[in-house]
Amino acid sequence: MRWLLRKDLLILGRSRLLIALLIVYPVAIALLIGLAISRSPSRPRVAIVDETAPGETIKLGTQRVEVSQYARQLFSQVQAVDVPSRAQAVERVESGTVVAAVVIPPDLAARLASNENQAQLEVLYNGNALEQSLARSTLDSALAQANLGFSEQIQKAARKVIGTLLAGGRLGSVGGPESLIGLDHVPATLGAIAARQPRGRDRSQLERIEAFAGFAAENLSVAVRVLSSIGQPIRVDSVLLHGRRTPLNTFAVVVAVSVSLMFVCVLLAAGAVALEREEHALARLVRGLISREALLAEKTLLAAGCAFVIAFVMLAGIGAFVALDWSRVGLWVAALAFAAVAFGALGVAIGALAREVRAASLLAFLLSLPLAFLALVPAGSVSGGFSDAIGAISFVFPFKAALQALDAAVNGASPSIGLSLVHLAVLTLVFGALARVGLARTE
Amino acid sequence: MSAVLRVSALTKRYGELEALQDVSFQAAAGELIAVVGPNGAGKTTLLSIIVGIQAPSAGSVSRGGGEVGWAVGWAPQYPALYSKLSVAENLELFARLEGVADPRAAVERMLEQTGLGDRAREPVGRLSGGNRQRVNVALGLIGDPPVLALDEPSASLDPGQRERLWEFVAGRVAGGTTVVFSTHNVSEAQRYADRVLVLAEGRLLFDGAPRALMEQGGESESGDLERALVRFLRERTSTRAGT
Repeated sequence: MRWLLRKDLLILGRSRLLIALLIVYPVAIALLIGLAISRSPSRPRVAIVDETAPGETIKLGTQRVEVSQYARQLFSQVQAVDVPSRAQAVERVESGTVVAAVVIPPDLAARLASNENQAQLEVLYNGNALEQSLARSTLDSALAQANLGFSEQIQKAARKVIGTLLAGGRLGSVGGPESLIGLDHVPATLGAIAARQPRGRDRSQLERIEAFAGFAAENLSVAVRVLSSIGQPIRVDSVLLHGRRTPLNTFAVVVAVSVSLMFVCVLLAAGAVALEREEHALARLVRGLISREALLAEKTLLAAGCAFVIAFVMLAGIGAFVALDWSRVGLWVAALAFAAVAFGALGVAIGALAREVRAASLLAFLLSLPLAFLALVPAGSVSGGFSDAIGAISFVFPFKAALQALDAAVNGASPSIGLSLVHLAVLTLVFGALARVGLARTE
Repeated sequence: MSAVLRVSALTKRYGELEALQDVSFQAAAGELIAVVGPNGAGKTTLLSIIVGIQAPSAGSVSRGGGEVGWAVGWAPQYPALYSKLSVAENLELFARLEGVADPRAAVERMLEQTGLGDRAREPVGRLSGGNRQRVNVALGLIGDPPVLALDEPSASLDPGQRERLWEFVAGRVAGGTTVVFSTHNVSEAQRYADRVLVLAEGRLLFDGAPRALMEQGGESESGDLERALVRFLRERTSTRAGT
């Protein structure tokens, strides 16, 4: 087996294009992913037309904020381009220099202050579906934040007014009384006055007013709590039932490394086995020089070894951009090694079925690509039956298990790495057995 | 004459089809035996069982006193070589896989015998068809086997390349190697073979010297073996149809 491995390495070494690809590929992917993750996403260019009067303010409770300052804050998530008129904004959107425009109407402040009419912003979109989607979601998010901010300010003001009405004091609004008695104090004050009155119609009226004041004070206290729930009717409490949450950027790293590992390993293994057939050497080898099992093991190890080195270099390279926990490097090695051997077994099974290298490579590519996509489809995003089918397919091929093993190794995500490694080992045996069946014929 | 190769009652079935039926023959050291017959006669099946690629359904193949396997050298019809490796690297790889005691010496010997010493470092993919076939045969001989099986060795060669190949094979035969080769080119059998085996529909119809086949086919000693073979086969086929 040693001499066959040496021969394969010699042949591999003489395929300059393949060697260049094997070196350039992981470096390029590592750089691309590292740069993509380490840099924040570009902000969409959005034209802002502020039609409000210069210096106009919006009253938020007791505070006043300038509309232009509010707009800057509101659109901090986009690359704002100030435009003087709606017509120019439309022109820019149509020409594609901006993907959207937001028009702040002149009556925005008045409508907000009225507390009766909803204030409205006009948004104009253009660009391709992807840009539109990005701009729309960014603006929607900004407006949702702004609405929440307004709601909180209005609640705060309302709570303050109600508090003063209950406890007494100064309301602070122009034309209001200097010192309010406060509803909470009314029943006791009235009770004392009523007690000094002789029994009769006046005392009875005072007692009715005392009872009403007590009832009103109790209900106003309830109104404060109701206001809070109206401002944010649903609050989300997230609870993770098992495992650790994987940050999206490190999960992207795991996906990129797993995909690269699969492609390199499956294509190399399939090509190496098919080459023996294409060169008519298979029959010469298996007639006693080397057993079919040893031949398959050699090709699996060759592909797994090359893919392992490439994947590890990729992971280490990306580690320069993304904070990875190097204390878990032992687990990385285990996950990469098991995954590489499982992909190698899948590759030799494909190679054993094909008669020539090109057919084997095409078959390996056509099988690997959908496997990666299917394994990344989130559960529940498709209908039940289809989801089950995807789950079953992902279960019988090594990509999903490799992804889970590497995610567990790099991020400590669930399921546990042990389970995924056992899964990969079983798949290695299954595909190894299939490869052995495929290699029964020598031509 | 002691037999170096003994084929006894060999039968090979593929489902309903009997590719070989009760084929027996022996080969002595230094004999050059041609296996001829029409397409589908079972020539390649017979050779592949002799070299150990396929197992027979019945019967046995033995060399001297023991079983044969890769101890019979083999050169398949299509050169089984790694085109990205050089001539010397191909020879050394198979010498090592066959467990040859001194692989480098064996490589030198084969390069000398094939006359490819000056092209030893050239990748096989750049060689002509004839030279590639010579390397292919040399790989079959690298372990210095007493018996060599060649499956249509000259099928894709021009006359000059064919001549050089047979000179090389003749040299090995003179050194005591037994060679069994299949061919469609009956004139090669006439020129080089000591014995001819005629196979048709999996049966061994003739085993003897080319001259004897000429006689049976109604040809004179200086006649055409191909014509004799065609006539022989026609007669045998009509006799069998009559019975």
